[in-house]
Amino acid sequence: MTDTAAMKVSDEVAIDIQGMNKWYGTFHVLRDIDLTVYQGERIVICGPSGSGKSTLIRCINALEEHQQGSITVDGTLLSSDLKNIDTIRSEVGMCFQHFNLFPHLTILENCTLAPIWVRKTPKKEAEATAMHFLEKVKIPDQANKYPGQLSGGQQQRVAIARSLCMKPRIMLFDEPTSALDPEMIKEVLDTMIELAEEGMTMLCVTHEMGFARQVANRVIFMDAGQIVEQNEPEEFFNNPKSERTQLFLSQILGH
Amino acid sequence: MSDTHSHSVAFVRHDQIPAAPPPAGETGPLKWVRENLFSGPFNTVMTLLGLYIIYSLVVGIFPWIANSVWGTENIRECREITQGNGGACFSVIEQRWQQLLFGFEYPSTQYWRPTTAFVLLFVAVAPVLFLNLPRILLVFTGLYPFLAYWLIWGGTILIPISAALGFVVGYFAFKRLEHNSFATGLFGAVAAAVLTWWVTGFLVGAAPGLIALPEVASRNMGGFMLNMILGTICVSLSLPIGIALALGRQSHMPIIKWICVVFIEFIRGVPLITLLFVANVVLAYFFPPETSLDLILRVIIMITMFSSAYIAEVIRGGLAALPRGQYEAADSLGLDYAQATRLIIMPQALKISIPGIVNVAVGLFKDTTLVSVISMFDLVGMIRGPILSSTDWAGVYWELWAFAAALFFVVCYGISQYSQWLERKLQTGHR
Repeated sequence: MTDTAAMKVSDEVAIDIQGMNKWYGTFHVLRDIDLTVYQGERIVICGPSGSGKSTLIRCINALEEHQQGSITVDGTLLSSDLKNIDTIRSEVGMCFQHFNLFPHLTILENCTLAPIWVRKTPKKEAEATAMHFLEKVKIPDQANKYPGQLSGGQQQRVAIARSLCMKPRIMLFDEPTSALDPEMIKEVLDTMIELAEEGMTMLCVTHEMGFARQVANRVIFMDAGQIVEQNEPEEFFNNPKSERTQLFLSQILGH
Repeated sequence: MSDTHSHSVAFVRHDQIPAAPPPAGETGPLKWVRENLFSGPFNTVMTLLGLYIIYSLVVGIFPWIANSVWGTENIRECREITQGNGGACFSVIEQRWQQLLFGFEYPSTQYWRPTTAFVLLFVAVAPVLFLNLPRILLVFTGLYPFLAYWLIWGGTILIPISAALGFVVGYFAFKRLEHNSFATGLFGAVAAAVLTWWVTGFLVGAAPGLIALPEVASRNMGGFMLNMILGTICVSLSLPIGIALALGRQSHMPIIKWICVVFIEFIRGVPLITLLFVANVVLAYFFPPETSLDLILRVIIMITMFSSAYIAEVIRGGLAALPRGQYEAADSLGLDYAQATRLIIMPQALKISIPGIVNVAVGLFKDTTLVSVISMFDLVGMIRGPILSSTDWAGVYWELWAFAAALFFVVCYGISQYSQWLERKLQTGHR
């Protein structure tokens, strides 16, 4: 395994996972995960389905509970203490495969809800911030519509804006483009690229290898619940070390 | 190219043919009748059958209404006028409408009080039902229960004021202690409220006649008023209790979960009429002999328990219909349980549950007539008891039951129409 510290872009540790194990009942989903993410890193996690990549990033903001090992996010240790969990969740933004926008609220209300209730931001200020981020994802004119009236790509960009409104230090993406029509994938990826260029710490579970080549500074390959290989994108794609990585890459890049 | 056009090859039309009217058989009522009523042998037979049924109903009901009699003193006078021509004796409603609406023991000089309370009920529920009304009206909604109590039951105004004061003090105590923990806030609020009621109890005792309306005892409530009292109070209480039970049933805390499950399953497994008998007879054994809990209060407790269990199950269905992702999105944004429930989960779950909740509410309102079985004189109790058994009006069934049905229909149909309007209004899924 390559020395991951050589790939870091800063000295500040954003996420530190040590010896983490997770079981679903008797099924061992994540096995001895050690992962250190430095502030400003853009990490792409790939691997066959069922390899535990989504579960891994869902453990980082405690949507899933881990049973062994430690996860430290921004210096806060993730434990069963609800206060710590809430602290971490307000620092870590997340985008889901199915967007999970709140259908009963307008786009603007979707974006201002958490800042107003969690951060106690005044409504006017929260709306200004929300409009700022909606402009950034290029849909300010949809602010008063409901999620059901938007296309999939637009909804996912709103979901990104909604997370950004909490001013997170880390963003998690759980297959953000998997539920989208092909012509909508690009608009979402463009938004994510822009975000990466601004220096956001990002962990993306995705099969968009073009995106990985362009923005990632580290690609992680997972299989059967463990990290099999991680490397810089050029090395990872051109010169994969493990057999399973080679097989996986030949399958997704071969066609 | 045919011969007639052989002189020209190209053809260009210069003026437009005006739209021609369709053939007579393709428009108007004739076409509609043919297509909808006589489109085949089966439909023709059904149409003729339907027409025959409508004809028989009209022939049956028309003389009943056309020959109806108003203004007679009793059924014998009425029968003399109708002479067997099938006319209805609506005089009974004219003679006994006060009893049908207010029961036979509510003092007739005080009818304006429940009537005022009834009219004000609309003002009080308006801001709850129509979200675009100014929110300040909710203050009146909050005050209404105390005002309505004072109007209907009478007594000194100090009683409802001190009751309201207890709630206000409790609310502020909760706000002060909430940041410690929810439980501290709750206990503090209850303690503060009880203390307030204890203190104001002396005030009420000291000035029992201050701004007092003549008192009317609970046993004197009756008629449709009693159905409205029970229906309004039980629906408005069972909705919040039902929400709490539904959430409790989903709780991760085993004790809370099992209390809710046992309560819901027990109540759903028992007929309402049994619970009402329990309220009437058995509940008295649980209290010391000198404390007599008001019968209406006991009935309200039982009906509320009954309907809140049903509403809880309806709302549980709504909760189950929400995608898992909504909870996860709320969690990932850092909302805590109370915020996620109030802002994300409940608005959506309640919206899904509207038809079911309305179903329970309408059923509950009609079930309030069951109190006639434990000898309370609600609308049905009045008809069955004092009116039909009086020598004046024994035997006037159709008119009285039609009147009762009409009253209930107006209220229930209104509720149903409102819920359909609300569903359309909350529809945000589509363009």
